[in-house]
Amino acid sequence: MDKLKGKAWKFGDGISTDHIAPGRLFHLRSNLPELAKHVLEDARPGFASIVQQGDFVVGGKNFGQGSSREHAPTIIKMAGVSAVIAKSFPRIFFRNCINVGLPALIIDTEKIDEGDELELDLLKGKLANLSKGATYTFPALPKAMANILADGGLVEHIKKHGDFKLD
Amino acid sequence: MGKTLSEKILSAHAGHDVRAGEFAVACVDLVYVQDGTGPLTVRQLEKLGFKTVSSPQRSIVFIDHASPSPRQELSNDHRLLREFCRRTGAILSDTGNGISHNVASEDYINPGEVVVGADSHTCTGGALCAFATGMGSTDIAVAMALGHTWLRVPETWKIAVAGTFPKGVYAKDFMLHFIGTVSADGATYKALEFTGPAMESLPMSGRLTISNMAVESGAKAGLFNSDSVTKAFLESLGRPAGYRPLQADPDAAYEKIMNFDVSTLEPMVACPHFVDNVHPVGTVEPLAVNQVFIGTSTNGRLDDFRVAAAILKGKKVAPGVRLLVTPGSRRTLLDGLADGTIQTLAEAGGIITGPGCGACVGVHEGVLGDGEVCVATQNRNFKGRMGNPNAFIYLASPATAAATAITGRITDPREFL
Ligand code: SF4
Repeated sequence: MDKLKGKAWKFGDGISTDHIAPGRLFHLRSNLPELAKHVLEDARPGFASIVQQGDFVVGGKNFGQGSSREHAPTIIKMAGVSAVIAKSFPRIFFRNCINVGLPALIIDTEKIDEGDELELDLLKGKLANLSKGATYTFPALPKAMANILADGGLVEHIKKHGDFKLD
Repeated sequence: MGKTLSEKILSAHAGHDVRAGEFAVACVDLVYVQDGTGPLTVRQLEKLGFKTVSSPQRSIVFIDHASPSPRQELSNDHRLLREFCRRTGAILSDTGNGISHNVASEDYINPGEVVVGADSHTCTGGALCAFATGMGSTDIAVAMALGHTWLRVPETWKIAVAGTFPKGVYAKDFMLHFIGTVSADGATYKALEFTGPAMESLPMSGRLTISNMAVESGAKAGLFNSDSVTKAFLESLGRPAGYRPLQADPDAAYEKIMNFDVSTLEPMVACPHFVDNVHPVGTVEPLAVNQVFIGTSTNGRLDDFRVAAAILKGKKVAPGVRLLVTPGSRRTLLDGLADGTIQTLAEAGGIITGPGCGACVGVHEGVLGDGEVCVATQNRNFKGRMGNPNAFIYLASPATAAATAITGRITDPREFL
């Protein structure tokens, strides 16, 4: 996988899937391009129109808490986001990120400021903060999840192997 | 070394012994989706090239979130889901049948089973001593197609709860207190086992309330032992054959043991906009409310409506307050009609809606206006949850909700008991 490069957009603690893909837009779930125009709208109005291809969503604690709606990480990915980075993730959202092929990195995001230029090297497990001249490491994914992410998501993973490949 | 409930159930479904921290492929006994997550599951199955599901009679599609449909996009999603059931033989639980977790616990889930659903509150089934957990649409598509899924066997926390519930204090208050104590991400990835006299004495309705909200502490599952209460519950629903006793081994390895005593517990409220922002009702500003909502997979069972009806009997909802009453399942609606509970709530001024998720997720039937305040018995109060990011949701028990409906302000239910 190539290095991914972009700007950091910061969000606070406890961003829920209702912030990311609000319930009032429930009727757009079968129209993901339209739903993606509202991504993270309730945390930051207008986010879809300012985020650039390659940028990073940087959250605080428990980013993505709440509902199992996979539409949430899907529309973050559709907005062109390279990866979500947070101090911690709830398990369903984390698993969904990997399943849709969106890297989710656990890093102490206090060290990252809004607008910092970030560069992700997934293979080496390193995130460079070009603005601060710093490099952060993050915990490696369990093998089962690393395999899914490397294949580009769960659909591709199952198509390729016919089943889960745990090791 | 003995096993936790999760280790026992997952070992049986993996075909070999598994322990906390290990990864396993486990066969699943029940797989379900609802109308918010199901359309994506159907599309992913198509993308994957699967034309059939592994076990149609144990695959269920629930139409509960937008039920009945308020708009054409959702009506078309429902058409897609119905067509999927026709084609694959999966069971359709259509509009009006009720919320997935309520119907699954009443009609399908047995102790010792592995249950996965494309809904975060699938953990509700833990009340019946099933290993039940929520996943996303694609994971569920694969589980439906293959009949198994991968899991990391969770570490378990034993939640030992002593004492007896004081008057006016319920399972919901305990669970809000628990979540307030451990925080919304405190138990991430863990399985919780609720034990001790206070939990053993709970009827199934209270256990379901607690297991339903396990995910609000980050937990993957929230389990109760399978005991005489489980047996009586299954018998009352005409499914005695599903019962089997199941308990954790006495020497099971717990990552953590937490002790609680409910004897001094008070009615609790989770304030906007986080489920772990929990305070005793007496310390919460007695704000004027616009809407009170009793129902959902957390507190939409007959016992819940009975508690509310006992408080509202012969009284009237305060002027300017909308009281929404949404039975969790058709069974609950029928039972509540038969015993007069629904009549009482309607006479008090309650608006009775059809069974389903109702106002919980902001789709229809009670979307809040700007600046409005709602006391709801559901499990989440995130910003925007009830369809408007400029509204304020307070989570409470059915008793607190009923008392609030009478006074029009957030109220301690013990004033009415
Ligand atoms: S009632 Fe609310 S929390 Fe429960 S399943 Fe429905 S939308 Fe989800």
